Amino acid sequence: MSQWLPIADIAAQVQSGQLLAVDLVERALQTIADKDEYKAIIATTAERARERAASIDASVKDGRTVGRLAGVPFIAKDNFLVFGAETTAASNILKGFDAPYQSTAIERLEAEGAICVAKANLDAFAHGGSTENSDFFTTKNPHDPTRVPGGSSGGSAAAVVLDLAPFALGTDTGGSIRQPASFSGCVGYKPTYGLISRSGVVAMASSTDVVGPLTRTVDDAALVLDVMAGQDSLDSTTIAADQKGYTDISADLSGKKIGVVKEYMGEGVDPEVKRIISESIDKMRAAGATITEVSLPSLPLSLAVYYIVVPAEISSNLSRYDGQRFAFSAADAENLEESFSKTRGQGFGKEAKRRIMIGTYVLSSGYYDAYYRKAQTVRTKLIQEFNDAFASVDFLVGPTAPTTAFKIGENANDPIQMYLADIMTVGPSLAGVPAVVVPAGMSDNLPVGVQLIAPQKQDRDLLSIAKAVEEVLA
Amino acid sequence: MARLARLALNDNEIEEYRKELEAVLQYVEQLRDVDVTGLAPTTQVTGLTNVMREDTVIDYGVHRDDLLKLAPARQDNELKVKRMIG
Repeated sequence: MSQWLPIADIAAQVQSGQLLAVDLVERALQTIADKDEYKAIIATTAERARERAASIDASVKDGRTVGRLAGVPFIAKDNFLVFGAETTAASNILKGFDAPYQSTAIERLEAEGAICVAKANLDAFAHGGSTENSDFFTTKNPHDPTRVPGGSSGGSAAAVVLDLAPFALGTDTGGSIRQPASFSGCVGYKPTYGLISRSGVVAMASSTDVVGPLTRTVDDAALVLDVMAGQDSLDSTTIAADQKGYTDISADLSGKKIGVVKEYMGEGVDPEVKRIISESIDKMRAAGATITEVSLPSLPLSLAVYYIVVPAEISSNLSRYDGQRFAFSAADAENLEESFSKTRGQGFGKEAKRRIMIGTYVLSSGYYDAYYRKAQTVRTKLIQEFNDAFASVDFLVGPTAPTTAFKIGENANDPIQMYLADIMTVGPSLAGVPAVVVPAGMSDNLPVGVQLIAPQKQDRDLLSIAKAVEEVLA
Repeated sequence: MARLARLALNDNEIEEYRKELEAVLQYVEQLRDVDVTGLAPTTQVTGLTNVMREDTVIDYGVHRDDLLKLAPARQDNELKVKRMIG
């Protein structure tokens, strides 16, 4: 049982004076300290959190309205620029970087009274699916400390499951919210590309990066999304929020057409994962949904597309870490050229360097057409297949990852094996469609999450069906 | 490749990455024979083109000094970098 009420109830009780924001913040900070052994957190933002809580309580006392998330503590993945602590993206090269401004997502949450209490661990620059690529330490799975929590938003997912705060923020480029939600056992929501501003979030791959919540329930995810969604002049890729908002959702499966993705249920999927997902689908059918099988033949290619397009974007986004304007700079450089390469050679971790080199290669003159352009064209084919599928069904369903959480160290020396953990999540990322993970069951004491996917901009409908699925699986 | 990406690597790293990059490039080879006749590459997934906004100054409370103090080395109001020539 969670020690936290549903988010809307916390905010209502802070507004009414039944709960004090300062107590909520202390409770979160205490729980973070108590559960320190799981290493979900890089740093707390305790001082600023306490100040904000006191000011919210004072406003309540003065009879002012304090917002829809009043006093609700939350934890941000450490790639969000947040006041009150360094923003490192779990990388050595950004150590000591004190954000001079805040991300739009954080600004919008704060405007409704939410309080950031800590920054969560991740794979450095969000490159990975286990937090093992963090330059600082590996987060432990809340259900089994010898296993990974998933990643890259592994600290955020573990934080929610460990009950450190009522919700956490993550980012998802190829599954980085969804896969840790499945491995750790919480709800993870990846919105339509552009629905939440990326301004002030450390960039990984700009054509697929999205911001989203990790929560205990779909209702909580809907509320947090509702606060953050919508256009932002600081991010020209943002789209308008649904005029009806995202919180008024009905949990109804009857008459809904759901397509089981054939390519996600084939070889390579752990039989236990398959069993749990199949049983979930049976329950959806029993609740009135029409279930059919749908094929997206190019889906098996999506990982190859992803591991060209994303490193390409990473190599250009990470070019800004050159040791001149901010953060780490190599001390032993003789001239500017050496300063660039030594700073980057010393400051970037193994996976960042690996991806920068893949990206540089596939974008280099002579290889651009064969790799990058070809991948972007296969991406078009994949998007068409998603569109075709959504012509006959309302939603797609499948597993989130082929396995449950793996052992720490198990895949560390084999990049391809590590990349394969993303095989079921990269497709929706490349197509820019929303997807959500809802806990579906346990296999050998480890959580398995079911993934639901909707057409672009159908986030409201996706949240509705996710809520219905959450109910039938409860 | 490391030189092009401005990454100073030691010999062990170069050898390790050489093997790993080969494996990754071999994996993505599966795209080579995919028929994409008549398809254009995707560059923006939600169909937005040329999003404009007014070029106005917004005061975020961030000032020149806040940004300059993040720099590894500075001299008065300028960033200080290593010498570029010779």
